[in-house]
Amino acid sequence: MTIRKYLILAAVAVFASCGDVCLARGMRDFGAVTTANWHQLFGVVLNPWVLTGICLLLLFFGSYLTALSWTDLTYVLPATALSYVLMALLGELFLNEHVTVSRWVGIALITVGVGFVASGPAVTPAVPPHCERYEAEIPVGSGARSDA
Amino acid sequence: MIGAATWGGIAAIVTTATAGDVLQARAMKEVGDLGVLRTSHGVIEVARRILTSPWFMSGLFFMALAFFSLLVTLSWSDVSIVGPASASLTFIANALAARLFLRERVDHRRGLAALFVACGVALLAH
Repeated sequence: MTIRKYLILAAVAVFASCGDVCLARGMRDFGAVTTANWHQLFGVVLNPWVLTGICLLLLFFGSYLTALSWTDLTYVLPATALSYVLMALLGELFLNEHVTVSRWVGIALITVGVGFVASGPAVTPAVPPHCERYEAEIPVGSGARSDA
Repeated sequence: MIGAATWGGIAAIVTTATAGDVLQARAMKEVGDLGVLRTSHGVIEVARRILTSPWFMSGLFFMALAFFSLLVTLSWSDVSIVGPASASLTFIANALAARLFLRERVDHRRGLAALFVACGVALLAH
Protein backbone atom coordinates (compact mmCIF):
# COMPACT_ATOMS: atom_id res chain seq x y z
CA MET A 1 0.00 0.00 0.00
CA THR A 2 1.35 3.39 -0.97
CA ILE A 3 0.70 6.67 0.85
CA ARG A 4 -1.56 7.73 -2.04
CA LYS A 5 -3.77 4.68 -1.50
CA TYR A 6 -4.02 5.28 2.24
CA LEU A 7 -4.99 8.89 1.43
CA ILE A 8 -7.76 7.68 -0.89
CA LEU A 9 -9.12 5.37 1.85
CA ALA A 10 -8.99 8.33 4.28
CA ALA A 11 -10.78 10.47 1.68
CA VAL A 12 -13.60 7.88 1.48
CA ALA A 13 -14.15 8.13 5.25
CA VAL A 14 -13.79 11.93 5.45
CA PHE A 15 -15.99 12.77 2.43
CA ALA A 16 -18.72 10.31 3.55
CA SER A 17 -18.92 11.66 7.10
CA CYS A 18 -18.62 15.36 6.17
CA GLY A 19 -21.20 14.88 3.37
CA ASP A 20 -23.70 13.25 5.72
CA VAL A 21 -23.16 15.91 8.40
CA CYS A 22 -23.72 18.70 5.83
CA LEU A 23 -26.91 16.98 4.61
CA ALA A 24 -28.14 16.62 8.20
CA ARG A 25 -27.40 20.30 8.88
CA GLY A 26 -29.26 21.33 5.73
CA MET A 27 -32.27 19.16 6.53
CA ARG A 28 -32.49 20.80 9.96
CA ASP A 29 -33.15 24.08 8.14
CA PHE A 30 -35.90 22.36 6.13
CA GLY A 31 -37.57 20.71 9.12
CA ALA A 32 -39.53 17.45 9.22
CA VAL A 33 -40.74 16.07 5.88
CA THR A 34 -44.52 15.56 5.94
CA THR A 35 -47.22 14.81 3.36
CA ALA A 36 -47.94 18.56 3.33
CA ASN A 37 -44.44 19.74 2.40
CA TRP A 38 -42.80 16.80 0.59
CA HIS A 39 -42.98 18.59 -2.79
CA GLN A 40 -40.73 21.35 -1.38
CA LEU A 41 -37.98 18.74 -1.05
CA PHE A 42 -36.93 19.47 -4.64
CA GLY A 43 -36.02 23.01 -3.62
CA VAL A 44 -33.89 21.81 -0.73
CA VAL A 45 -30.93 21.21 -3.11
CA LEU A 46 -30.57 25.02 -3.24
CA ASN A 47 -29.74 25.03 0.46
CA PRO A 48 -25.95 25.66 0.68
CA TRP A 49 -25.48 22.93 3.30
CA VAL A 50 -27.36 20.36 1.21
CA LEU A 51 -25.50 21.45 -1.93
CA THR A 52 -22.15 21.10 -0.13
CA GLY A 53 -23.27 17.70 1.21
CA ILE A 54 -24.15 16.48 -2.29
CA CYS A 55 -20.78 17.68 -3.67
CA LEU A 56 -18.92 15.93 -0.81
CA LEU A 57 -20.90 12.71 -1.38
CA LEU A 58 -20.01 12.82 -5.08
CA LEU A 59 -16.34 13.10 -4.05
CA PHE A 60 -16.94 10.17 -1.66
CA PHE A 61 -18.38 8.08 -4.51
CA GLY A 62 -15.39 8.88 -6.75
CA SER A 63 -12.84 7.95 -4.08
CA TYR A 64 -14.87 4.83 -3.14
CA LEU A 65 -14.82 3.61 -6.77
CA THR A 66 -11.09 4.40 -7.00
CA ALA A 67 -10.43 2.34 -3.87
CA LEU A 68 -12.52 -0.55 -5.20
CA SER A 69 -10.45 -0.56 -8.41
CA TRP A 70 -7.35 -1.81 -6.56
CA THR A 71 -8.63 -3.20 -3.25
CA ASP A 72 -10.94 -5.98 -2.09
CA LEU A 73 -14.48 -5.02 -1.07
CA THR A 74 -13.93 -6.77 2.28
CA TYR A 75 -10.94 -4.47 2.87
CA VAL A 76 -12.52 -1.18 1.73
CA LEU A 77 -15.72 -1.40 3.78
CA PRO A 78 -14.21 -2.03 7.25
CA ALA A 79 -11.16 0.17 6.52
CA THR A 80 -13.41 3.13 5.74
CA ALA A 81 -15.78 2.49 8.65
CA LEU A 82 -13.97 5.27 10.53
CA SER A 83 -16.51 7.50 8.77
CA TYR A 84 -19.05 6.37 11.43
CA VAL A 85 -16.65 7.52 14.14
CA LEU A 86 -16.05 10.85 12.39
CA MET A 87 -19.80 11.27 11.91
CA ALA A 88 -20.44 10.82 15.65
CA LEU A 89 -17.66 13.29 16.55
CA LEU A 90 -18.76 15.87 13.95
CA GLY A 91 -22.37 15.45 15.13
CA GLU A 92 -21.30 16.30 18.69
CA LEU A 93 -19.07 19.20 17.59
CA PHE A 94 -21.25 20.89 14.98
CA LEU A 95 -24.82 19.64 15.50
CA ASN A 96 -24.75 19.56 19.32
CA GLU A 97 -25.68 15.87 19.37
CA HIS A 98 -24.86 13.94 22.55
CA VAL A 99 -22.41 11.02 22.28
CA THR A 100 -23.45 8.49 24.97
CA VAL A 101 -21.25 5.86 26.64
CA SER A 102 -22.61 3.08 24.40
CA ARG A 103 -21.73 5.19 21.36
CA TRP A 104 -18.16 5.53 22.64
CA VAL A 105 -18.08 1.73 23.03
CA GLY A 106 -19.38 1.43 19.46
CA ILE A 107 -16.66 3.83 18.29
CA ALA A 108 -14.03 1.71 20.10
CA LEU A 109 -15.31 -1.50 18.46
CA ILE A 110 -15.24 0.11 15.00
CA THR A 111 -11.69 1.34 15.61
CA VAL A 112 -10.58 -2.17 16.64
CA GLY A 113 -12.29 -3.60 13.52
CA VAL A 114 -10.53 -1.07 11.30
CA GLY A 115 -7.22 -1.92 12.99
CA PHE A 116 -7.76 -5.64 12.29
CA VAL A 117 -8.39 -5.21 8.58
CA ALA A 118 -5.86 -2.41 8.02
CA SER A 119 -3.03 -4.57 9.35
CA GLY A 120 -3.73 -7.21 6.69
CA PRO A 121 -3.24 -7.28 2.92
CA ALA A 122 -5.43 -4.97 0.81
CA VAL A 123 -5.78 -7.49 -2.01
CA THR A 124 -5.92 -11.26 -1.73
CA PRO A 125 -5.72 -13.80 -4.55
CA ALA A 126 -9.20 -14.93 -5.57
CA VAL A 127 -10.32 -18.29 -4.23
CA PRO A 128 -10.91 -20.55 -7.24
CA PRO A 129 -14.37 -22.13 -7.42
CA HIS A 130 -14.70 -25.65 -5.95
CA CYS A 131 -11.47 -25.24 -3.97
CA GLU A 132 -12.56 -25.19 -0.33
CA ARG A 133 -9.08 -25.78 1.12
CA TYR A 134 -7.38 -23.09 -0.98
CA GLU A 135 -6.75 -20.76 1.95
CA ALA A 136 -4.83 -23.40 3.88
CA GLU A 137 -2.61 -24.02 0.87
CA ILE A 138 -1.22 -20.47 0.70
CA PRO A 139 1.55 -19.97 3.25
CA VAL A 140 1.81 -16.43 4.60
CA GLY A 141 4.83 -14.63 3.17
CA SER A 142 5.15 -17.02 0.24
CA GLY A 143 4.63 -14.23 -2.24
CA ALA A 144 1.25 -15.61 -3.25
CA ARG A 145 -0.48 -12.90 -1.25
CA SER A 146 -0.14 -9.61 -3.05
CA ASP A 147 -0.31 -6.34 -1.16
CA ALA A 148 -1.23 -3.53 -3.55
CA MET B 1 -40.54 -4.13 19.29
CA ILE B 2 -39.66 -4.25 15.61
CA GLY B 3 -42.57 -5.36 13.42
CA ALA B 4 -42.48 -7.88 10.59
CA ALA B 5 -42.81 -5.09 7.99
CA THR B 6 -39.74 -3.30 9.40
CA TRP B 7 -37.71 -6.52 9.40
CA GLY B 8 -38.83 -7.10 5.80
CA GLY B 9 -37.74 -3.57 4.92
CA ILE B 10 -34.37 -4.04 6.64
CA ALA B 11 -33.90 -7.33 4.75
CA ALA B 12 -34.67 -5.52 1.48
CA ILE B 13 -32.17 -2.75 2.28
CA VAL B 14 -29.43 -5.23 3.22
CA THR B 15 -30.02 -7.41 0.13
CA THR B 16 -30.12 -4.57 -2.38
CA ALA B 17 -27.24 -2.64 -0.76
CA THR B 18 -25.06 -5.77 -0.73
CA ALA B 19 -25.93 -6.51 -4.37
CA GLY B 20 -25.03 -2.92 -5.26
CA ASP B 21 -21.68 -3.06 -3.44
CA VAL B 22 -20.70 -6.43 -4.90
CA LEU B 23 -21.67 -5.44 -8.46
CA GLN B 24 -19.73 -2.18 -8.21
CA ALA B 25 -16.70 -3.96 -6.78
CA ARG B 26 -16.93 -6.43 -9.71
CA ALA B 27 -17.16 -3.52 -12.16
CA MET B 28 -14.13 -1.73 -10.74
CA LYS B 29 -12.04 -4.92 -10.75
CA GLU B 30 -12.89 -5.26 -14.45
CA VAL B 31 -12.12 -1.61 -15.24
CA GLY B 32 -8.74 -1.80 -13.46
CA ASP B 33 -6.69 0.54 -11.29
CA LEU B 34 -8.17 4.00 -11.90
CA GLY B 35 -4.91 5.78 -10.99
CA VAL B 36 -2.91 3.86 -13.59
CA LEU B 37 -5.71 4.08 -16.18
CA ARG B 38 -6.08 7.84 -15.74
CA THR B 39 -2.35 8.37 -16.28
CA SER B 40 -2.22 6.20 -19.40
CA HIS B 41 -5.60 6.93 -21.04
CA GLY B 42 -6.97 10.13 -19.48
CA VAL B 43 -10.03 10.96 -17.39
CA ILE B 44 -12.55 10.73 -20.25
CA GLU B 45 -11.54 7.18 -21.12
CA VAL B 46 -11.79 6.23 -17.42
CA ALA B 47 -15.32 7.68 -17.23
CA ARG B 48 -16.30 5.93 -20.48
CA ARG B 49 -15.07 2.56 -19.23
CA ILE B 50 -16.92 2.92 -15.92
CA LEU B 51 -20.20 4.20 -17.39
CA THR B 52 -20.32 1.55 -20.11
CA SER B 53 -19.75 -1.30 -17.67
CA PRO B 54 -22.95 -3.37 -17.28
CA TRP B 55 -21.76 -4.41 -13.80
CA PHE B 56 -21.48 -0.75 -12.76
CA MET B 57 -24.93 0.17 -14.12
CA SER B 58 -26.47 -2.88 -12.42
CA GLY B 59 -24.74 -1.83 -9.20
CA LEU B 60 -26.18 1.67 -9.52
CA PHE B 61 -29.65 0.19 -10.07
CA PHE B 62 -29.40 -1.89 -6.89
CA MET B 63 -28.01 1.10 -4.95
CA ALA B 64 -31.05 3.12 -6.05
CA LEU B 65 -33.30 0.24 -4.93
CA ALA B 66 -31.49 0.22 -1.56
CA PHE B 67 -32.07 3.96 -1.19
CA PHE B 68 -35.79 3.67 -1.92
CA SER B 69 -36.10 0.63 0.36
CA LEU B 70 -34.49 2.76 3.08
CA LEU B 71 -36.93 5.61 2.49
CA VAL B 72 -39.94 3.27 2.63
CA THR B 73 -38.68 1.45 5.73
CA LEU B 74 -38.01 4.79 7.45
CA SER B 75 -41.71 5.61 7.01
CA TRP B 76 -42.53 2.47 9.07
CA SER B 77 -39.91 2.72 11.81
CA ASP B 78 -37.40 5.00 13.57
CA VAL B 79 -34.14 5.94 11.88
CA SER B 80 -32.32 4.95 15.10
CA ILE B 81 -33.44 1.34 14.50
CA VAL B 82 -33.41 1.08 10.70
CA GLY B 83 -30.09 2.90 10.09
CA PRO B 84 -27.75 0.95 12.39
CA ALA B 85 -29.55 -2.39 11.88
CA SER B 86 -29.30 -2.19 8.10
CA ALA B 87 -25.75 -0.79 8.12
CA SER B 88 -24.39 -3.43 10.52
CA LEU B 89 -26.15 -6.35 8.77
CA THR B 90 -24.89 -5.05 5.41
CA PHE B 91 -21.28 -5.37 6.69
CA ILE B 92 -21.84 -9.06 7.48
CA ALA B 93 -23.77 -9.70 4.24
CA ASN B 94 -21.00 -8.01 2.22
CA ALA B 95 -18.34 -10.25 3.78
CA LEU B 96 -20.35 -13.36 2.85
CA ALA B 97 -21.25 -12.09 -0.63
CA ALA B 98 -17.66 -11.04 -1.39
CA ARG B 99 -16.50 -14.56 -0.53
CA LEU B 100 -19.27 -16.19 -2.58
CA PHE B 101 -19.45 -13.97 -5.65
CA LEU B 102 -16.12 -12.11 -5.81
CA ARG B 103 -14.08 -15.07 -4.54
CA GLU B 104 -12.29 -12.84 -2.03
CA ARG B 105 -10.38 -14.55 0.77
CA VAL B 106 -12.37 -13.55 3.86
CA ASP B 107 -9.97 -14.85 6.50
CA HIS B 108 -10.39 -14.69 10.28
CA ARG B 109 -8.96 -11.16 10.36
CA ARG B 110 -11.47 -9.78 7.85
CA GLY B 111 -14.34 -11.79 9.36
CA LEU B 112 -13.57 -10.41 12.82
CA ALA B 113 -13.20 -6.89 11.42
CA ALA B 114 -16.65 -7.09 9.79
CA LEU B 115 -18.13 -8.42 13.06
CA PHE B 116 -16.50 -5.71 15.23
CA VAL B 117 -17.57 -2.93 12.83
CA ALA B 118 -21.13 -4.34 12.61
CA CYS B 119 -21.42 -4.46 16.44
CA GLY B 120 -19.90 -0.97 16.70
CA VAL B 121 -22.34 0.49 14.18
CA ALA B 122 -25.26 -1.15 16.02
CA LEU B 123 -24.06 0.41 19.32
CA LEU B 124 -23.83 3.87 17.74
CA ALA B 125 -27.66 3.88 17.71
CA HIS B 126 -27.90 4.03 21.51
